[in-house]
Amino acid sequence: MDELDVEPPLTLIPGVDSNRKQMCFAWGPGEMLVYETLFPKECAEKRPGCPNIFIVRKDQDVYSQTLRKLFNESHGIFVGLQRSEEELAGKSRKAQLVRVSKNYRSVIRACMEEMHQLAISTRDPELQCQHSTQVSILSAMELIWNLCEILFVEVAPAGHLLLHLLDWVRLHVCEVDSMVREVLSSENPSKHKDFWNAVDSFVLQGRMDDARHLLSKEASANPTSMGMCKILDDLMKKMPILSIGNTQTLTEMELKWQHWHEECQRYLQDGTFASNFHMESICKILLGDENAILEKKELMTTWYHFLVTRLVYSHPTVKPVELRFYAQSSLDLFLGGESSPEPLDSILMAAFEFEIHQVIKECSIALSNWWFVAHLTDLLDHCKLLQSHNLYFGSNMREFLLLEYASGLFSHHSLWQLGVDYFDHCPEYGKVYLELHIERIPLNTEQKALKVLRICEQRQMHEQVRSICKIMAMKAVRNNRLGSALSWSIRAKDAAFATLISDRFLKDYCERGSFSDLDLIDNLGPSMLLSDRLTFLGKYREFHRLYGEKWFSEAAKLLLMLMTARIAPCSFWMTLLTDALPLLEQKEVIFSAEQTYELMRCLEDLTAGKTDNQKLQVDDVETTKVEILRLALARNLARAIVKEGTLEGS
Amino acid sequence: MEDFSAKFVSQKISKTRWRPVPAAALQPPELFATGSWDNEENKISVWSVGDFGSLGPNGEYQGEPQLLCDIRHHGDVMDMQFFDQERIVAASSTGSVTIFRHHQNNQTLSINQRWERAHYHVDPDTPFYGGASCTGVICNNPEIVTVGEDGRINLFRADHREAVRTIENADSSTLHAVTFLRTTEILTVNSIGQLKIWDFRQQRNEPSQIFSLTGDRIPLHCVDRHPNQQHIVATGGQDGMLSIWDVRQGSMPVSLLNAHEAEMWEVHFHPSNPDHLFTCSEDGSLWHWDTSTDVSEKPSFFHQGGRSTTLLSHTANQSVISAWLSNNPTKDRMEITNLVPNQTLSVNSLDVLGPCLVCGTDAEAIYVNRHLFA
Repeated sequence: MDELDVEPPLTLIPGVDSNRKQMCFAWGPGEMLVYETLFPKECAEKRPGCPNIFIVRKDQDVYSQTLRKLFNESHGIFVGLQRSEEELAGKSRKAQLVRVSKNYRSVIRACMEEMHQLAISTRDPELQCQHSTQVSILSAMELIWNLCEILFVEVAPAGHLLLHLLDWVRLHVCEVDSMVREVLSSENPSKHKDFWNAVDSFVLQGRMDDARHLLSKEASANPTSMGMCKILDDLMKKMPILSIGNTQTLTEMELKWQHWHEECQRYLQDGTFASNFHMESICKILLGDENAILEKKELMTTWYHFLVTRLVYSHPTVKPVELRFYAQSSLDLFLGGESSPEPLDSILMAAFEFEIHQVIKECSIALSNWWFVAHLTDLLDHCKLLQSHNLYFGSNMREFLLLEYASGLFSHHSLWQLGVDYFDHCPEYGKVYLELHIERIPLNTEQKALKVLRICEQRQMHEQVRSICKIMAMKAVRNNRLGSALSWSIRAKDAAFATLISDRFLKDYCERGSFSDLDLIDNLGPSMLLSDRLTFLGKYREFHRLYGEKWFSEAAKLLLMLMTARIAPCSFWMTLLTDALPLLEQKEVIFSAEQTYELMRCLEDLTAGKTDNQKLQVDDVETTKVEILRLALARNLARAIVKEGTLEGS
Repeated sequence: MEDFSAKFVSQKISKTRWRPVPAAALQPPELFATGSWDNEENKISVWSVGDFGSLGPNGEYQGEPQLLCDIRHHGDVMDMQFFDQERIVAASSTGSVTIFRHHQNNQTLSINQRWERAHYHVDPDTPFYGGASCTGVICNNPEIVTVGEDGRINLFRADHREAVRTIENADSSTLHAVTFLRTTEILTVNSIGQLKIWDFRQQRNEPSQIFSLTGDRIPLHCVDRHPNQQHIVATGGQDGMLSIWDVRQGSMPVSLLNAHEAEMWEVHFHPSNPDHLFTCSEDGSLWHWDTSTDVSEKPSFFHQGGRSTTLLSHTANQSVISAWLSNNPTKDRMEITNLVPNQTLSVNSLDVLGPCLVCGTDAEAIYVNRHLFA
C-alpha cells in the first residue's frame, strides 16, 4: 500500500508517563501489549512506576453490541453464497448475486436502524456522539455498496442504468419527504415557504408524479397561474421514461426524448413561464441547464445527486463507460473549487470510473474494520470481476482481505466461531491460519473444548486434535478425574496417555489395596484395547471380580494369561504372583501341573532378572514372599500331579 | 409448518427455556428465558413473544421476541431450568448454582439465592478449591439436583443454605446431564457413555443401576424421560446418535438411531405429545421426530420442499406399546424433519411446550416457532 499522508493518531496510555520512563510494547494477533519499563529517561526523578500491563486494541467495532448482529447475519449470507450453486449461469446467476447483494445491504440497513434508535434513546452525550458517528459510517457503507451493486453486480446497461441510479439517489437523499410532509400538512400548501423547494426537489429526483401532485395545489390556489401550471404539468407528464418492463429500444427512447426536449425548449423561448420565476427555473431544469440545476445546490446536498439529475435531463441513455466523464465534471462543478473531495467522494468517483481495486483500496484505508471490504470483495470475486493477479505475498486480494477479517474475529473472545468458516473458504492459506489460531483459543470448560475439537476433527486437523485432548486430559488428571482423562484419550486415540492413566490406577491400587472408580474400570468395553496397560487394568479387575464371585478356575486361567501373554508390566508381576497365593492354598487344586510349571517359570524369571547387587539389598519381606511362593507352588505342584495321575473313580 | 425467522441477539445462546404455563391454562407459553456463554459478561435474559392480540396478514402472529429484562451471570450459563413461575435456576461454569427471581411488576431480574461452591475440584496437596463447571441442573419444586465436571451430585432445597445431600465422587468422569426418573430417583449421563440411576432413598453413594452402550464408550450429552411412560428414556451422544432405553430391562439401549453428524446437545420429548421428540446438535440442525400414527394417512406430498424429510416405510398396525420401544424403527413410520432453515453454526438448546418451540444457536440467533403442529 502507499504511504499514508496523514499524521498517525496519538493514543495516551493512562498511568504510563512516557516523559519519565520508557515504554515497551509487544504485538499480539489483533492488539498490542504496552507496559512501562524500568529504564528511566534522563533527568527523571525516582518514583514508583506503573505496575499495570495494558492491552491496546485498534478495532473497537468488534466489541460493539449492535455490530455483532451485522457480523453474525453477514456470516450466514457469506456461507450461503459460498455454498450456492456455481452451475447456474447467465441471468439466473446474476439474479442470485443481486439477491445476495441486497441481503447484505438490508443487514446493513437493519444495523443502521438499530444504531439510530440507540443514538436517540441514550442520554449520555458521548455515547450519543459515538452512535451517531457509527450511523453515518454505516450509511456511507450502504451508499457505496449500493452503487457497486448497480455498476458491478447488476451491470445495468444504458437506459436501465439511469433508472437504478435514480433509485439510488432517492434512497439516500431523503430529506425531501419530511419537507413535503410539512408543506402538505400546512393550511395553505402553496403559500408555504418550502413549497417551491419541495417541487424543485421532486423534479431534481425525477419524481414527476409527485411534482405534478404538488403543482396542482398551486394551480387550485392561484387561478392566475393555472394556465402555466397546466402547461408545465403537461410537460412533466409527457417526459419519456424508460421503465424496467418497457420493450422500447434505446433509439426509440432517444427519439422521443429529443422531441420532448425540443417542446420544452420552445415553451421556454416563447416566454411562457416568464412571469413565474419558479416555474421558469423548473423548465430550465427540465431542459438540463447546468446552471439552473446548480442553483439548487442546497436541495441536492451532494455532487452525485447533481450528477444523476444532470444525466436525467441531458443524457438519459448514458452508457456505463461514459459515466466517468460526467462524474468528474459534476464533482468539480459542484464543489466549485471551494472545498476538496472527502474520502467518500473519492471512493464513489473510483466506482464511477470502474476502478474496482481503487474502490477497495480507498475503503480499506477509510474504514477501521475489514468487514466491509472483505465481504464486498468476495461478492465481486463471485461476479468474476477481480482478475486473479497475485499480491506479492502469495494470495489474491479476496483471500488477503478475508484472512485479515477472520483474524480480527479470532481476537474476539466470542466471534472466533464465525472466523472458522471464513478460513475454510480461503483456499491457499486458510488452513494454516486456522491451525495457528485455533490452538490459541482458551478452553475454560469442557463444552468449549468439545466444540473446538469438533471443528478440528471435521477438517482433519489431527495435530490440533491430539494437542487439545492432551491438554484437557492433563487437566483432568491433575484434578483427579481419571474417567474424564480416559475419555479424552479415547477421543484422541492417544495410547500413551491411556497408559499413563492406567499406571495411575494401578498405583492407587498398590497403595490402597482396592480400586477407585470401579464404575469406569468395570465398563471399559472395547476402549480397553487402546493401550496394553489399559487392557491389563481391565483384565486385572476382571480377575478380581471372578475371584470375588468364586469362579476360581477362570480366575486362575486369566491370571496366568496375564503373565504369560506379557500384558502385565514387570513391576506388577510380584503383585500378581502374590494374588495367586490364595488360589494356590485352596483346598481344591485349581492350577493344573502345566499351569504351576508356568507360574514357577514366571517366578524364576522375576527373581533371575534382579542383579546380584539387588539380591543383596532386597529386604526381608521380599525374600519371605518369594519363599512362601516357592513353597506354595511346590505344594500345589505336588497335589496337581497326584490329582492328574489319579484315575477318576468309576 | 411455517418458516422460522431468526432474531439476532449479540450473544451466543447456550440455553433457552419456556416459562411453564399453569396447568389449568390452555394458552401457549409467552415468555422464555435464555442464557449466554463465551462472553466476557454473560447474561440471563427474559423475552416475551407477545400476545395473541395482534395478527399478521395471514392471521398468524409473526412478531419478534422482545427483550423484557436481563441480568449479569458470572461464568457461562451451562444449564438452566424454571423452578416455578417466577424463579429460574442457572448452573454456571464457575461451579456455582444461582436462583434468579423474575419480578413481573417492574420486569427485573434479581438474585434470590446462590450456592457458590456447588462444584469444585480438590487438590489433595494444597487446600485449594478450583471451581469445576456445573454441567446440569434439574428441578422438582422444592428440590434441585445439580451435577458437574467434578463428578459430584448435589441435592439442594430452595431456601436451605447448604446442600441437603451430596454424593461425592459419584462418577470418575464428567457428568453431563441429569433428569428426574421418579420423585426420588434421578438419571445421569457421563462422558464414558454410561446412564446411571441414583436413588436418594438409599444412603450409600452408589448408583442403583448402570447402563452403557455396547460399542465404544461414546460420551452421552443429554437425557430425557418419556413424560407418561416413565421407563422410556432417550439419550443423545457425542457422535449424534439417539439411543432409546428401557430402564426396566436390560443394560443396553433398545434402539440406536443414527441421527446427527456431530454432538447432540439436547433431546426433549414433547411434554403433552410424547410421540414427538426433538433433538438439536452441533452440526446446526434441529430435528423433529414424529412417530404419531395418524401421519400414515397423509399423502407423502403433504410436506413442502425446502426442508429435508426422511420418510421410512410404514406398517398398517400400530400397537399400543409406544413406538419408541419397537426394536426396528424402520418398521414403523417415523418422520424426521429438520426445522432450521439454513444451517451454519451449532444449535445449542431447544425447548418445546404446547405448540411452541424455541431454540438458540452459536450464530447468536434465537428462533421461535409458535405453530409446531400446524
